[in-house]
Order: sequence, then structure tokens, then C-alpha cells
Amino acid sequence: MKRFEGLEKLTGRTLFIDDLPLENCLWGATVRSPAARGTIRQVRVPNHLEGSGLVLVDHRDLPGPNVVSLITDDWPILAAETVRHRYEPVMLVAAESRAAARRAAAQIEVVVDPLPAALDFRQTPTAEQIQVGDDNVLKQLKIERGEVDEALAAAPIVVEGEYETGAQEHVYLEPQGMAAWLDGEVVVVHGSLQCPYYVESALTRALDLPAERVRVIQAATGGGFGGKEDFPSIVAIHAALLAIKAQRPIKLIYDRGEDMAATTKRHPAWIRHRTGLSEEGQILAHDIEVVLDGGAYVTLSPVVLSRGMIHAAGPYACDHVRIRGRAMMTNSVPFGAFRGFGAPQTLFAIERHMDVIAKQIGVDPVKLRRLNLLTDGQATATGQVIDDGTDRQQVLSRALDLSRFTYKRSQHTAFNAEHAYLRRGIGLACFFHGAGFTGSGERAMKSLLHVAGLADGRVEVLSASTEIGQGTTTIFTQIAADQLRLDPEQILIAQPDTWRVPDNGPTVASRTTMVVGRLIERACDNLRERVGLDAAATGTELQAALVAWHEEHPDEELLGSARYQQPPGIEWDDETYRGDAYSAYGWATYVAEVEVDLRTYTARVIDFVAVQEIGKVLNETLARGQIQGGVVQGIGWALLEECRWQEGGMANHQLTNYIIPTSDDVPSIRVAFLENPYPHGGQGAKGIGELPLDGPAPAIFNAVAAATGVDPRVLPLVPERLMELIEQ
Amino acid sequence: MAIHQPSTLSEACALLATHNRGSDRDLAPSPLVPIAGGTDLYTHWPQRPDEHAKSYLDLSGIEELRAVRWRNDSLTLGALVTYWRLIQDRTCWSALPMLVQAARQVGAVQIQTRGTWAGNIANASPAADGVPVMMAYDAVVELVSSEGREEIPLADFYQGYKQMRMRPDQLIRSIRIPRRSFLFQRFEKVGSRNAQAITKVGVAIARSGAGWRVVANSVAPTVCRCPTIEALLDDKVTVRGPDDLATALSQDIAPIDDIRSTARYRRRVLARLLYFALRESCSAFE
Ligand SMILES: Cc1cc2nc3c(=O)[nH]c(=O)nc-3n(C[C@H](O)[C@H](O)[C@H](O)COP(=O)(O)OP(=O)(O)OC[C@H]3O[C@@H](n4cnc5c(N)ncnc54)[C@H](O)[C@@H]3O)c2cc1C
Repeated sequence: MKRFEGLEKLTGRTLFIDDLPLENCLWGATVRSPAARGTIRQVRVPNHLEGSGLVLVDHRDLPGPNVVSLITDDWPILAAETVRHRYEPVMLVAAESRAAARRAAAQIEVVVDPLPAALDFRQTPTAEQIQVGDDNVLKQLKIERGEVDEALAAAPIVVEGEYETGAQEHVYLEPQGMAAWLDGEVVVVHGSLQCPYYVESALTRALDLPAERVRVIQAATGGGFGGKEDFPSIVAIHAALLAIKAQRPIKLIYDRGEDMAATTKRHPAWIRHRTGLSEEGQILAHDIEVVLDGGAYVTLSPVVLSRGMIHAAGPYACDHVRIRGRAMMTNSVPFGAFRGFGAPQTLFAIERHMDVIAKQIGVDPVKLRRLNLLTDGQATATGQVIDDGTDRQQVLSRALDLSRFTYKRSQHTAFNAEHAYLRRGIGLACFFHGAGFTGSGERAMKSLLHVAGLADGRVEVLSASTEIGQGTTTIFTQIAADQLRLDPEQILIAQPDTWRVPDNGPTVASRTTMVVGRLIERACDNLRERVGLDAAATGTELQAALVAWHEEHPDEELLGSARYQQPPGIEWDDETYRGDAYSAYGWATYVAEVEVDLRTYTARVIDFVAVQEIGKVLNETLARGQIQGGVVQGIGWALLEECRWQEGGMANHQLTNYIIPTSDDVPSIRVAFLENPYPHGGQGAKGIGELPLDGPAPAIFNAVAAATGVDPRVLPLVPERLMELIEQ
Repeated sequence: MAIHQPSTLSEACALLATHNRGSDRDLAPSPLVPIAGGTDLYTHWPQRPDEHAKSYLDLSGIEELRAVRWRNDSLTLGALVTYWRLIQDRTCWSALPMLVQAARQVGAVQIQTRGTWAGNIANASPAADGVPVMMAYDAVVELVSSEGREEIPLADFYQGYKQMRMRPDQLIRSIRIPRRSFLFQRFEKVGSRNAQAITKVGVAIARSGAGWRVVANSVAPTVCRCPTIEALLDDKVTVRGPDDLATALSQDIAPIDDIRSTARYRRRVLARLLYFALRESCSAFE
């Protein structure tokens, strides 16, 4: 099936929130902190702005508590006495035009008495830099299994390594934007977002309104990658506050520069490995430390840390594992959700470390991985016994075959000996990614989904899962149509609107097709039962039954429903961090071939192979698109994308100097799937959205190491950094 | 914002004379800013509201500025000639190939079809890609004003960061590039990615009967010739590796650390680009 909204987007006809007309609206803009940390002495509004019809909002205008509702109540909607990061919002303005609002915001001066800022998450903060507890630690976690110290002491070989990854900007094509207006007593917010119910709960709390008086509608959304999971709540509250104060509709649209400066990004990370090994290279013990830069406020850092840590030991068997992790508060922009959610950072570290080990003990990196890859019956770091029937060795073999790994390696040796300044190398990474919420998350959320049987015989899926470019609408249509034996044209997908669709959780964590897709199947079954049919019914029979039902029950709603049920045998303990962290994992091996130019110290990826087992592939084009897009984003993270920090603010907050790959910077990306249907996922699927971001960076780094003999450990590997390594 | 749209060069010069000249300038509401392709001028439009209030002189209606004129001994580019025009010009491929190579590496197609060679010169960015190849070909800039014409070799055109030998009432009318037979020519651009990149370090090298020309960009306050390197080449000094070029280079360039790269990187890479390029054609390079 083709992607529904694809052609409209491709031809520029889709209307995003900035394009949608909004009658009689004012334009909002945000006044932000100039300092990383300090006390707000004054907000100076020039005289000519006062009484000019400009609408101004600050923290005193808040009807409810001054917090953006998320995990911890520490993130202010508008800074009151102090600021904790540059570009933190302090005041809102609304004016008759976008330009007037921006001009006014630029003229309002926030005067801050600076305080010592904590800017390096790797350093222990000094007494003056402490702002959270007595150590600036936002969250601390530990995973422990077996007798790590004893096992390390007994191991014949111990290999240590430290690895570092930088922040990454989402660069969704459409910047953040919201419209807000009052519909009688009701506050309506319409905009670019991933999770309508997150925005709803943040709004009801901030505005001190009951849920009936808040309505959140998703507009066409130009990409999210996690950046529209947490942040839209604050934009929505800002737009609503202005609309309430002005009693007029508001459009609050960020431009690219503001978006990049002020919104969340991928957490920077520092990771240390101490690995005990046998002479042959069998992993005997893992001692891993993970430190994340959480930024100024907690946002989603605890869950990012937890996912990162659960993936930190890689897809390998080991009985003695200790993983300690913490997220540190610093005075930079809050770091938040980003595709992969902590796993790309820790998987980069372990997969680079595997090659470091291989080199140090003189074992082939492929052999080292083969020796340690999990086999069914063995357990992960949290003690989860893997028993899904996937042949992980086969995933690796397939990637080696497709990339002609061994042949390429020998070819490179000859090439490198000959060429004056080009060096080629090939590298791999084996990894996994847990799909759905971590631990008991899905159970706690109790997602609910409806499908409505309509009077004309069509069926409408009522779901809060959002289309953000990844294909939700298409795949939901496909699942419902298949389940009910209907033509896809007979299926409607409701626009996510909290007044129409139930809460089936956020569009995150690679859960939509797997978890919500399964709910659609079950809700479809339920609908069929409600009209007295069984699973053998044809589409025509179903449609006739729907029409008949409505004739008998005029003006009533016919809903089939499903609520999340945990797959059998899943156990998780949030206290000890033991048990089944995820109900399913995708497994993958990626291979990168690079060419390093010793004149310019530039590493270019010249070939890429991505092999994964993701349950059943429901729509090959969409699945391939997810993988290729993730790989491109991974190439960018590995080689090009660097946030340059200046006093806690991003100095290169425009696309001129924050470098994402163009089509000319990526090679052909060859994608292959192995299929092992997952019985509890929609049509047998497991999640795939985040998986492809985990593998490219370590595969590329390993390839650069193979090409040049250097040992790169800090990401991104921009040419300036590679030059220092080569010239050492 | 006011936009003037003259259709002849003399009209344009007259407008500049009233708005942009000497003592009158203080009286004039605001000086006129010429616009060719607009690709430099409009980039920061949304962020710089003060530029919305300025007055502009749109050159696009002046037909004579669009001419590309090939003669036996020279190529003359009118001030509105775009990169795209030369990319499509077969003669250019063979006669002055570095122009095409540089043009193909400017931005991407959208910019190549609007951006002009003259705009590249007058924007005076040290990172400009069109300037080094024109300078390596000994291009001459023709300026006009209501007071007359003036010709300045491009190599002498820049006096410091964004400082040009061009008065506010002058316009670039054309760029004249001599045709020669070349023994060697090479353009190298190093950006932070393969397309849509601002140059971190770049160099144009040409060797003709007139001698060696080595012109580097992004390594000094202006695009600059490297006279010490040129002399070393003319004198056939033996060079054993990139490091042998470093001392000479340090007399020619003054790179800095900025948001795009480091001085160290620029120095090293320029030496290496030169070394590996010249090794192909100079027996003095080992
Ligand atoms: C996305 C993007 C990518 C880019 N990539 C590159 C690149 O890779 N390499 C590169 O070198 N540049 C690049 N540029 C910059 C720009 O495109 C070039 O410098 C281009 O040559 C400018 O020409 P223009 O006609 O658009 O100049 P304009 O923007 O019209 O003018 C530039 C300046 O020159 C003045 N001017 C123009 N014509 C005249 C004249 N006849 N007489 C006197 N003054 C004049 C203007 O007043 C202005 O100050 C890029 C720009 C963008 C937006």
C-alpha cells in the first residue's frame, strides 16, 4: 500500500499549522533569558511598547502552578525569579503581525544577575554550581546481576574504555508551532505535536481547568523524532496563555533559529566500560558507568537514562553485569526525547568498545561478536531471558554477505598501500532495540483504542497515535482493512483530537505499529462481535451488518474497543531494575564502509548495509524508509552534527553551521529484513522506528579505525577531531 | 522599504549618485543597496528587521548586464551573469574550467541559478568560492559610476575584511578574464559536507605563461593570493612533503578559529591540498 499523505507532502500541498488561516489572530513571540544561570533582576519593557496594544504575559498570569507537567515538577512555564538556561522563556508577547511580535520581543530586555553556571556534565560541580539536591544529580539508577567485582578480579583480561557522544538537534522539517483560541469556555490548541494527551494534561494543570474545558488537536506535523514529544506542551501552554489574556486567537510559530536555540536535543553522554574477558574473548564481566547531560530541567531524562542503561551491555550474554548511571543537571537547554532515547549513546559505546577489545586481545571483531551474541535461553543485563527464536548469528552473517565484508577488508589493505592519501575501511555493529515502553510502562498506561462502525458501512479508527511522517495513517489503514477484510478506502483514520479519540498512549518508543496496531486488530474483532459476526465474516457481510445496526439504533455510536493487555510471562521490578525490560526486541547488524581523505581528514561513508530482524515486515516501502532515514540521521550524528556550546547556549543554531547530511553525503543504503513474526504485535510486527539510529555511528567509527589505525572515541568525528587523532 | 528598478545602467548610476555619494549621503534618507541575485542579501532577512527598512536598487532590469562575451583573448561577464550560465557554457568547460568547477560547488541548483559572479565579489566574503578561481585567472573588475569607468585587478580589489576598492556610488559592471593556455589548473573546496556548504578552506591553482597563481579562501580576512608559495613554485624549490610548505604558507595566510573550523585545521589542510595537487605536475615535489 502506498503512503496516503505522501504525494500531498511531496508536492507542497499539505497545510501545516503556520499555513492554516486563523481568523482575527494575533502573533505570539517569546522573550528569553540571555544568561545560562542567574537571578532575574528586571524585565525591561520599553515605554513605547507599554500601552501600544501589545499583549504581555509573564509568570504572574498563570492560573495554575508554574510547571510543565512531565516526570518531575521542576520545569517552569515562564521563569519567575531565576533562570537555569540560556533562551529559557521569561515573557510572552502578542501583536498584530509576526514581525511586530518579534520586534517587540527583541526590544524587551531581561536583566539577569549572573550566578555560577554548571556547564560541563562530566565535572563534579563546585559548591556554587549546585542547584539540585547536594550534587546536581537529576536521576541515578543501577542495574546489577551476578558478582561483578569477583568476576573482574578473576578475569584473565580486563579492557577499559571511555566514550563520549555529543548533543544532536532533531531538525524536524517543520519547526515547533501552535495555534490556540477560545471556543466559549473551552481552550482549543491546534498544532504540531506527537502526543495529544501529554499536551492535554500539561494544559489542564497549567491553566487549572478540567479536561472538558481543554481540547487538543494535532495538525499535520512535519517530523518529530521525539522533539515533539515533550516540548510541544510548553509551546501549547504559551499559546493558550496569550489567547486567554488577549481574548483572541494566537499563532505561536518558532522559526528555525529560535527552534534550534531553545528546544530540547539528544542527551550528550559519557560512558566508561571495564570488561572482563577470557583469553578467547568471551565476556565474563561488565562494569559500566553511564553519565548523561540532563540539561537545566528533568524533562524525560530518567527514562532516557534507563533505556540507555538497559541497552548498555549490548546484545551479548554475560552473567556478571553492573551498570551505574546518572543524569546530571547543567545550565544548558534541557535535553529530551530523541529517536533511540539513550540507546544510541550506550550502543555506540559498547560497539566501539567491542572493536577496541578485539584489537587489544588480537581477536577478529566478527569472531568476538559471534562468540558473545545472545542465544535463546540466555539473559540480558536485567536478567531477561531471551527466547524469541530469532537467529542472531544469521542476522550477522547476512550483513557480512551483503557487504562482502571479508573480501572488502582484503581489498582495502591493497588499496591503502597504493593510494597517496585515501584510506578505506569497513566496520560493523551488532545491536538490539527494545520496542514499546520500558518495564511496566505499557501496563501502567492501559492504552484504550476504539474503532467506530459508521452508518454508511465504513469503519473509522479512533486513535491518539499521530502521523508525523512515519506512516501511521497508512499502516493503521492497512491493519484495519486486513483485519476486517475491507478495501482500504472503507477505512477512515480520525484526526487525533482529544475530544474524539481515546488515550492509547504517546507516539513514541517504536510502539505504534507493534502495540497500537495490535489494539486495532483487537478492536476490529470486538466491533465484528458487536454486530453478531465471527472472524469468518467477509467485508461485505460486515458492512451490511454495520448499516443494519445503525438502522436499528439511530443516532447511536457503534464502537469496537480494545485495552492493552500485557503479553503473558512478562515480569518487571521497578525497584531492583530486574526482569523483562521490553516485551520484544529488534535485532540488527549494520556495516559501514568509509573512505578517509588524508588531505582533508574527512571520513565519507561509501557503502552501507543494514540488516535487521523486526518481526513481520508489514509494509516494505515504509519499513525501508524508516531504516534508511534512521541511518542518514545516524551518519549525521556520527560525522557531521555538532552543537557548539557557548555559555550553555547553542552558538550554531542555524542550518548554515549546524551540518546535517545532504543527499550527496550519504551512500546507497542497502536494507534487508529477516522476519520472525512477533505474536503480540500488530500483524506480527515489532517496533522499528528507533532501531536504525543505534547502529550507524559505531559501525562508522569502527570503519574509520580500520581505515586509519586511529582509535576514535568521541562523537561526532568531525574532520578537525580526526585530524588531531591522525596527527598525534 | 523602497525598491528602485532602473532599466538602464545610466539610470542606475544616476540613482546611486543622488543616494550614495559623499556629502549628499548624510542628507539622503538611506543609501541604496544594489541587488543582483539576492542570495547573500536575503539570507538573514527574517532575523534582521532593520534591513527591511533600507532602500534597494534592483539591477535585474538592466539587460546589458546579462551579457557573456567570448573574445579570442578574454571572457567578459556582465554583472548579472549567474553560475548556471557558465555551467551550461561548453566553451567555458574547455577554456576556463575552474569557473565551472567552482560554480558547480556553490550551494546547490537553486543558488547556482540566481547567484551572480559579481555578487560573489561584492559580498566580499573571505569564504567566497567564485572569487578564488577568478583571481587565479587574473580577472579584472570593471566599475562604473556617473563619473566614469575604472578597472581594478581582482587581486588588488580587497583591502581588508569586507573592505573593497569600490565607492558606494559605484557598481560592478563586468568582470574580464584573460584567456591563456594553462599548464596546470586545479580548484579544491573543502566544506563541512559535500553540498550546500560554506568553504572551510579552499584553493585555486593556475599555471600559465604568466607564472603560477595560488589563491586561497577562508584562511585570511579576504580571499588572497599566496605570493610566497607562488615564488617557491616559480623558483622550483624542492618540496618533500606538506610540512615543507607550511613555513611559506604562514607568510601568506592568517587563518582563525571560528564556528566552522580551526586555524590549525585550515593551515594543515591547505598545505596538504597544495602538496598533493602540485605533486602531479611539479618535478620539484617529491
Ligand atoms: C543556501 C546558500 C548557499 C550558498 N553557497 C555558496 C557557496 O557555496 N559558495 C559561495 O561562494 N557563496 C555561496 N552563497 C552565497 C551567494 O550565493 C554568493 O555569494 C552569490 O554569488 C551572491 O550573488 P547574488 O547575485 O545573489 O548577490 P546579492 O545577494 O544580490 O548581493 C551580494 C552583495 O553584492 C552587492 N552587489 C551585487 N551586485 C552588485 C554589483 N553589480 N555592483 C556592486 N555591488 C553589487 C550587493 O549589494 C550585496 O552587498 C550561498 C548562499 C546561500 C543562500
